[in-house]
Amino acid sequence: MSKFSPLAEYEPQAGQYELLPFKFEPLGDGDVVLTNFVGEFAFVTRGELQDTVSKKLKPGSSTYGLLRSRHFIREQGDAASIELLGLKTRTKYSKLRNFTNLHIFVVTLRCDHSCQYCQVSRQSENKAAFDMAADMADKGLEIVFRSPNPAIKIEFQGGEPLLNFDLIKHIVLQAKKINATQSRDLQFVITTTLSMVTDEILSFCKEHKIYLSSSLDGPEDLHNKNRPRPGRDSYGRFVDGLRRTRDVLGYDAVSALMTTSPASLTRVKEIIDEYLKHGFDGIFLRHLSPYGFAIKTKSYAAYNVDRWLDFYREGLDYVIELNKQGVRFTEQFAALLLTKMLTSNDPGFVDLMNPSGAGIAAVVFNYDGDVYASDESRMLREMGDTTFKLGNLATSTYEDIFTNEALLNALEDSFTLSAPMCSDCAFENWCGTDPVFHHAMHGDVLGRKPESEFCKRIMGVVRLLLERMKNDPKAKEIFMVWANRC
Amino acid sequence: MLTLSGRVISKSATLSGGNEAKLYSLSTNANLPNPLREKRAFLIKQSGPVPLGYLHYFVLPGTNPTELVQENSTYLGAEFSYFGDGDVVSLSPDGRIRSIFRADSNHNSILLTEQCNNFCLMCSQPPKRIDDSWLLKEAFEAIKLIPRETKELGFTGGEPTVYGADFIKLLHHSKSWLPHTSLHVLSNGRSFAEESYAKAYADVEHHDLMVGIPIYSADPSIHDYVVQAKGAFDETVRGVLNLKRHRQRVEIRVVIHKQTCDGLPELANFIARNLLFVDQVALMGLEHIGFARANIDTLWVDPIEYKDQLSEAVRILTSYGIHAAVYNHPLCLVNADVQNAYVKSISDWKNEFAKECEPCRRKHECGGFFSSGIRNGYSQSITPFL
Repeated sequence: MSKFSPLAEYEPQAGQYELLPFKFEPLGDGDVVLTNFVGEFAFVTRGELQDTVSKKLKPGSSTYGLLRSRHFIREQGDAASIELLGLKTRTKYSKLRNFTNLHIFVVTLRCDHSCQYCQVSRQSENKAAFDMAADMADKGLEIVFRSPNPAIKIEFQGGEPLLNFDLIKHIVLQAKKINATQSRDLQFVITTTLSMVTDEILSFCKEHKIYLSSSLDGPEDLHNKNRPRPGRDSYGRFVDGLRRTRDVLGYDAVSALMTTSPASLTRVKEIIDEYLKHGFDGIFLRHLSPYGFAIKTKSYAAYNVDRWLDFYREGLDYVIELNKQGVRFTEQFAALLLTKMLTSNDPGFVDLMNPSGAGIAAVVFNYDGDVYASDESRMLREMGDTTFKLGNLATSTYEDIFTNEALLNALEDSFTLSAPMCSDCAFENWCGTDPVFHHAMHGDVLGRKPESEFCKRIMGVVRLLLERMKNDPKAKEIFMVWANRC
Repeated sequence: MLTLSGRVISKSATLSGGNEAKLYSLSTNANLPNPLREKRAFLIKQSGPVPLGYLHYFVLPGTNPTELVQENSTYLGAEFSYFGDGDVVSLSPDGRIRSIFRADSNHNSILLTEQCNNFCLMCSQPPKRIDDSWLLKEAFEAIKLIPRETKELGFTGGEPTVYGADFIKLLHHSKSWLPHTSLHVLSNGRSFAEESYAKAYADVEHHDLMVGIPIYSADPSIHDYVVQAKGAFDETVRGVLNLKRHRQRVEIRVVIHKQTCDGLPELANFIARNLLFVDQVALMGLEHIGFARANIDTLWVDPIEYKDQLSEAVRILTSYGIHAAVYNHPLCLVNADVQNAYVKSISDWKNEFAKECEPCRRKHECGGFFSSGIRNGYSQSITPFL
């Protein structure tokens, strides 16, 4: 007799396993995706799902091994699976304890552009009316450094923030002065069209390691159509500003974001090519924001989520194709979701967080000192809705702002694990909650999920990503690289 | 292939007194100052006058030492002519000599025991249920004799942690006597499932200590089968978690054979999802020795047949930023895309080439074969790069 025992000796007894918590969702092709609360997933057939829940899964089958190793089922004595689930849950939520990282200073609402979809900007020479005052900014910094987060990002937004560069300088110098004794990991970003960028501005940015986040909507005609300014030269100014910024600050110190307008919808490849042409290694294919002028001008109603999903699918497949041809290029919205799907990390993207990132991941100081829970909240305010105003820098303390009922209720009432439909959704672990959007659309932070465009959009993209991973092993490998870039 | 242990030709009678082996640190330096001579054994590699005052003398064949004090000397066969300055050897009263440490090698490992609580199908050092704690005792001695400039030293078994607290003592001892030497331990990790043991290990606070722990499959049943121990997977994984909880460096070691090759990509996924914090994943070819020979039909698969799974596993691990290393694979049996992970690794005393390799122009880059593979069978797909 051999002193070695056969594999069967080490396989579990049939029907002895227990189910660990999981949810499932049918896919278009008749198969089912199982997901668990740390974001692991597995594709099985309907029959295998039936067998799994009725404990008829055959020990020794590949599905049995897969579901056991991915922690959907557990044998008696499997202690490691519980420990790993706990560990991954703690990892997933570990960023919460750091609280607010992103602090947005709206240094002015004035802008040289008059983009049709813009929510907030003003064409005005009146500095006093639309610029943030230095004493208000100082009060903002007091709040910033109350955050317990060891990493602090200060982002300057507008309007065109470079129109109030003196205040940016003031805030940067002041923040660094405070940080001399606080030693936070302090970062600065200016969101700018680059149209007004000067050598003096760039040298200040270089000295203080300030990143620039810019906008590129696509080819010249599309970009200029989306972003009118006197002289119709927005694109030319962007290209020139990009070159000069890379020269001085470094290639990676400037990024670009695109805004999707109705005119973009038929041109996704051209838009991506434009990003390639300018040497970017990724693109964020964004949905159109429903706020501000976008709603007023009916741009938002002009196309629905289904149309956007077609646009997104075409773009994603093109980007996958580029990668297969050896070009390292990321679709960043996919990358954010894939980080949640393929790793235990949460990228901390405000729109994909639960509890919501509003207020606790990011906070906005508007030009007039009003404090908002998110960028979208201040846009809502421009439409006359101040629901998510958390206070004013002149009068509110840190405690007033972050224990404001408007914030706490929004966070609690929109928490997906207790939200109807969300709590049962197989994609909940990869999704987030957007109380501000749902308030704007449905008048309620929870929203009505069957009608929610947010829900439809995220679920649509997740399905697309799952389908690509299921059917295209090459795409899955590309996705793994993206998932680990965030 | 070096002969690591064997019998001496003759030895002086005075040695036969005790029944325990004695360790010697060898020197070839005839000009060693006197205070150092009494702690070292002189290795006679050439004829001529012999320097006086050494603890012992080892005589290699072909030398004709003059003035040698016979009761203080041992004559060795030609198979030991690789002995050199700084080496540590063990000489037992019955005339058995073993190389414990070779100063000119970067692959020194000390075998601490042949006992193990796993019983792996492919074990290269089949476990024995005997009290061999003299090996541990000898290791304590050897560490005092090993040159303090030694860069790296391994502890292997069997399962070193069967000694429990005594193994931790050995780590403390190594830290004291070899404060600049990196240590690498091979363990199945199961003992560390006891958190207090992981903590005791961490409390050594060694400056450069790594433990290599095998996980053979993401499927617990297959891992348990390969190591022939039910529940081993669970203990090993919890052991790794406890070690990382205490911030210890852990390398996952995967031996690839017929039972593990198909599951490689899923294992890579499992590691990426659950053990992302490990310091390295070593993917290793099968060594045809020990139990592997008895189980060869269960284990043998030509590496050329799993080259795509190997590539996929490396790509997965690399995507997640995990350092993957491919060991013990001839270069011509792996896809070109694993080359960044490819390590020329086989311990020098075990590394050889097949006759097919003679014309190959990339031998200098190749990991080659275990000597055991040359003797006991290797891939028929060896294709020299011409």
